[in-house]
Amino acid sequence: MQAANKIAAPRQMRSVEFRKEREATWQALEAMIAAADKHGLRVLSAEQLARLPHLYRATLSSLSVARSISLDRALTDYLENLVGRAYFVVYGTRQHLRRQLSEFFLWKLPSTIRAAKWHILISAVVTLAAAVAAFQLTWADMDYYYAFVGDMAQGRTPASATAELREGLYHTESGSGGLATFAASLFSHNARIGILAFATGFVAGLPTLLLLFYNGLVLGAFAALFHSRGLGVDLWAWMLPHGVTELTAVVLCGAAGFQLAHGLVFPGARTRMDSLREHGRPAAVIVLGAVCMLFLAGGIEGVFRQTVTSVAIRFTVAGATAAWWIYYFGFVGRGRDRRDAAEREAAQGRPQPRGSVRELAPQMSGQMEVAR
Amino acid sequence: MKPASLAWLHAAEDGKLVREIITPEGIPLRFTLAGAGDRAAAFALDTLLQIIVIVVVTWGLKLAVGGEGSWLTAVIVVLAFLLVNFYFAFFEVRWQGATPGKRKIGIRVIDARGGQLETSAVLARNLIRELEVWTPLRFLLASNLVWPEAPGWARLLAGGWALVFLLMPLFNKDRLRVGDLIAGTRVVMQPKVVLVPDLAQEAAAAPIFAPPGSKPAAAYAFSDAQLRIYGIYELQVLERVLRTETIDASYLEAVRTVSEKVRQKIRYDAKVVDDERFLREFYAAQRAHLEQKLLFGQRREDKFSK
Repeated sequence: MQAANKIAAPRQMRSVEFRKEREATWQALEAMIAAADKHGLRVLSAEQLARLPHLYRATLSSLSVARSISLDRALTDYLENLVGRAYFVVYGTRQHLRRQLSEFFLWKLPSTIRAAKWHILISAVVTLAAAVAAFQLTWADMDYYYAFVGDMAQGRTPASATAELREGLYHTESGSGGLATFAASLFSHNARIGILAFATGFVAGLPTLLLLFYNGLVLGAFAALFHSRGLGVDLWAWMLPHGVTELTAVVLCGAAGFQLAHGLVFPGARTRMDSLREHGRPAAVIVLGAVCMLFLAGGIEGVFRQTVTSVAIRFTVAGATAAWWIYYFGFVGRGRDRRDAAEREAAQGRPQPRGSVRELAPQMSGQMEVAR
Repeated sequence: MKPASLAWLHAAEDGKLVREIITPEGIPLRFTLAGAGDRAAAFALDTLLQIIVIVVVTWGLKLAVGGEGSWLTAVIVVLAFLLVNFYFAFFEVRWQGATPGKRKIGIRVIDARGGQLETSAVLARNLIRELEVWTPLRFLLASNLVWPEAPGWARLLAGGWALVFLLMPLFNKDRLRVGDLIAGTRVVMQPKVVLVPDLAQEAAAAPIFAPPGSKPAAAYAFSDAQLRIYGIYELQVLERVLRTETIDASYLEAVRTVSEKVRQKIRYDAKVVDDERFLREFYAAQRAHLEQKLLFGQRREDKFSK
């Protein structure tokens, strides 16, 4: 009893010493992170930027020490929070916006679209099939026009006179004000439908399919009406300058929706979560590209079409846009694709130096042992 | 950080809302998933900001141009489209997973595997809002434009649709909305935690009864036997009590109750004048004791551990 009553333990704890020694480092890091959080990394001087990774690693090791020797909850909470915030600054992207944009448009977008060729094919086939079917049906019986298009298209129904239809294709408007508004609303309407076609991929892609199919039906019925009046060439000259870009964009949005649906419905060997993630991200890239295309198409439709009536010029512009998109999606960024593929091949067999590998550890550890 | 939110953080940790990611240096970092209320509040703030921007820009342009220039309408239509669809994506790319609303609330988007938050992930999680929020909302509020004479069941369907997506984060363990699901992202709490003074050091540095110039000495002394009773859990509960920021009647009451309980449990018979000081001294001694044990590899989790 007497022995147990002796006064316990000296006061100076290791955790207190530890904190005194390292506190300055943490506070330096905290100040830097706070500045970067508020105004971006640009406010940090070159010298500070060079110090940042060192401070981060030192604080990370402090966290690890604190977890093993300190029972001060406030301290470990603080370090955990600070390292968490610093982690995103240190490993976050540091690219300038201009650099990010150029990477997106010169490589990421065309490369992602090339990789989605099968989904794009399905999307195009659905649109085309609907268009051909609607064309055939409407050609045989003009009443189908009302079923596919409705009677909302003012002055462009089978009831209209041929001269009236013709007038619609060569109608021009002067004064730029009304045209800009027209172009803007065309763009925002089309882009919203495009985004929706992608998003409904999450509902197994059925609404995406319907949207594409409906789009094709309208196109086919329209074409049948004008062809039946001998206005075929005039119609395509009217539609294709913006239509090449616009229809491609709609097909791409549909493809993005199908890709998402694919990830959801057919996960294959992956978990459904992993599969969604791997299909959802590239699909979103495609949609952003398509929205940009719709912006261009809106401009062509709202301004160019309303001011230029020459059939030859209209077809030239249509041909030029088609050639441009074939070049852009077919060839831009191929060099980087090849380099990446070569790098992947070279890296194969080497274990990945990433933390995330741990998630796979249970299944993979056996194989990795063999590999070593 | 306010004590209330710190308390919530701890409660959330106990409620299995903590996710670990492993840094490239091999050290696990823990993140607490954001609660539904925080996310809703951030979303409301961001939406409000969007509305303000639209209104201010519209007014500003009208004043500057002085009339109804029709290109003005064009600018506003495009701006509204961009704001609705790309506001979140823009900020989450530029601010590493935060938007003005999220930053205000103290939450951010991270990659579920802890890698860099990719632009494509940000796009995916935000473009899906068209399906989750905007389309059902448009249908509910302006169904006459979308589908004139929509029957009642169609509105009901739209409402149900919106509700399913809205409540989805409450029905899965990772608090995912559809956008997080398809992008592989999580939303976590990331408030700014400040470094508060060490309680153990405070206790040693602020002697009440010691004459000036003398070596700071403990006013209360504890034996090894008395320090062997509690574990880490009790120590940290005590820490939380002592770190209460507002000193009011309920705090004093809590301190008195805890002090009494502790004295009873460890059979501390000497007279205690100042309950708070007693608890601080006890905290320091108890922590020193437990940390000493920790160095020898003995981790006593709570009073029930052997």
